[in-house]
Amino acid sequence: MSEPVPDPAVVATPEALAAVARLVAERGPVMFYQSGGCCDGSLPMCFDDGEFLIGDHDVLLGTLGGAPFYIDPRQYEVWKHTQLILDVGEGAPEGFSLAAGPDTHFITRSRMCTPGPGAANQQL
Amino acid sequence: MGKVYAPPGTPGSVVTLKSRYDNFIGGTWVAPVKGQYMPNMSPVTGKQFCEVAKSTADDVELALDAAHAAKDAWGEASLADRAAVLNRIADALEANLEMLAVAETWENGKPVRETLAADIPLAIDHFRYFAGATRSLEGRLTEIDKDTVAYHFHEPLGVVGQIIPFNFPLLMAAWKIAPALAAGNCTVLKPASPTPWSILKFAEVVASVVPAGVINIITGPGGEIGKALATSPRIAKIGFTGETTTGRLIMQYAAQNIIPSTTELGGKSPNIFFADVMDKDDSYLDKAIEGLVLYAFNKGEVCTCPSRALIQESIYDKFMARCIERIGKIIQGDPLDTDTMIGPQVSTQQLEKIGSYVDIGLQEGAECLTGGHRSAQTGDLADGYYFEPTVLKGDNKMRVFQEEIFGPVLAVTTFKDEADAVRIANDTIYGLGAGVWTRNGNLAYRMGRAIKAGRVWTNCYHLYPAGAAFGGYKISGVGRENHQMMLEHYTQTKNLLVSYSEQPLGFF
Repeated sequence: MSEPVPDPAVVATPEALAAVARLVAERGPVMFYQSGGCCDGSLPMCFDDGEFLIGDHDVLLGTLGGAPFYIDPRQYEVWKHTQLILDVGEGAPEGFSLAAGPDTHFITRSRMCTPGPGAANQQL
Repeated sequence: MGKVYAPPGTPGSVVTLKSRYDNFIGGTWVAPVKGQYMPNMSPVTGKQFCEVAKSTADDVELALDAAHAAKDAWGEASLADRAAVLNRIADALEANLEMLAVAETWENGKPVRETLAADIPLAIDHFRYFAGATRSLEGRLTEIDKDTVAYHFHEPLGVVGQIIPFNFPLLMAAWKIAPALAAGNCTVLKPASPTPWSILKFAEVVASVVPAGVINIITGPGGEIGKALATSPRIAKIGFTGETTTGRLIMQYAAQNIIPSTTELGGKSPNIFFADVMDKDDSYLDKAIEGLVLYAFNKGEVCTCPSRALIQESIYDKFMARCIERIGKIIQGDPLDTDTMIGPQVSTQQLEKIGSYVDIGLQEGAECLTGGHRSAQTGDLADGYYFEPTVLKGDNKMRVFQEEIFGPVLAVTTFKDEADAVRIANDTIYGLGAGVWTRNGNLAYRMGRAIKAGRVWTNCYHLYPAGAAFGGYKISGVGRENHQMMLEHYTQTKNLLVSYSEQPLGFF
């Protein structure tokens, strides 16, 4: 599995990395799955590692602070021209995701990028 | 001049407000086992207005205990008795329509003109519809041969779990509760984290007309009690409306217990305007313009928000100019004012997400035709979660055309002809809703059949009458709501295969 270069498909802000480290210290390994659509969707869902069953066709975008970050393959096709930036926002999460910290949630920000050749190779 | 309702709990308000609310379990109010509560915010002001139970898995068990205690009697109740209870619920809601509308507006932020005219009346009608539907429940029999008959009975599942979203707190509850009860089940319902209170006001209203334990409502964080409910081996089905990843998680949990699930998930609905809408400047054109502006209905927090407008290129400039003019007349502000057309988003989380989408849309080269920013409000509303009605023009490959933003953000593009319209409309991973606008009935029919979505509004949009099946194609979910076929989703088939012959088979 090669690292996506030149632009990693997903990166994290220092605040997000600190939140991941705190979660891992408190609960053990965690994982992310980029949610799509509706209500509390379009946010990165954070689960205890293994809580969400990864399918054969899900795409691993990268690893952030040791936590794998996946996306639906169909969603990947329409998102792959953007780099995802894991960040922390105010307010408790509204869905099934773990909170980033007290009264905070994880959020995906994005920027345009040239997808690294590694990104597509990371399909499981 | 419109009427301005007083906020719940203030002098003159039609809504009474306590500082703290417990779970509704077994027909009574039950404090959470661990004694914890969480703040409930009004998006109108960005301030806390009450506390609700911060339930844990223990409370889910209590609710399941109550539901299981009630399920045999309710499942055996006559169709007439079940229908009578559903009708009494409808009557109780109707008697409290204004109160519930104001409560829901205060908690969700949707304009009271919408809750008064749509959310609550539709919820009332939903219970009446399923009261009728339950009377029509019929088994079938097959005469296999002269002496052998296969009887098919619709039997209730027992106790079901139901998880609903924040965007229509009471209507989504009605869509879930009414068919479950009509089919003879008891329910444990978890409202969305941002809107746990208005459904408790619903419970106050119907508590005296529903047998204890038939409806149970528990509030708290989705990750804890939503999971505890969806994974429980004590439910016979899970019904979920919400976002796509959680929907997949729900199906994964259902698989663990080998129970059915129905899911209504995300969308990115195209709203397609053919050139002939501008053949005349008449009432129909006015309706079509409003049809585009309906993207701002419920501040865009609708799974079927018509958030992609596809406009035939020959009329784009003229038609869009009319639409932008109409969007400019949207009154944004206090949702308790009946003149207000768009209120605040439900939470800071939603507000942030909308901002992040507009940002990536502009990075991708979309042109902002109007809006694009948080809406500045004053006075008590200054800290509310308001976002301007926004229109971005771009290409269907852009993220803002491909992802549900769940805010008042419209992505607009053009198409050349019918084939191009179909191609763009179906170039999405979702398939919940769509709209088609044309004066040509044959074209409308062909488009409706060609679009891969569960609901195609034709020369209308955002109508949700009971009796019109609603649900998704593609990754927008599995199952249908809003129709008597829901009774199939909430019953299981019992076959009695009966021989009336006196003759042995002769094998042994």
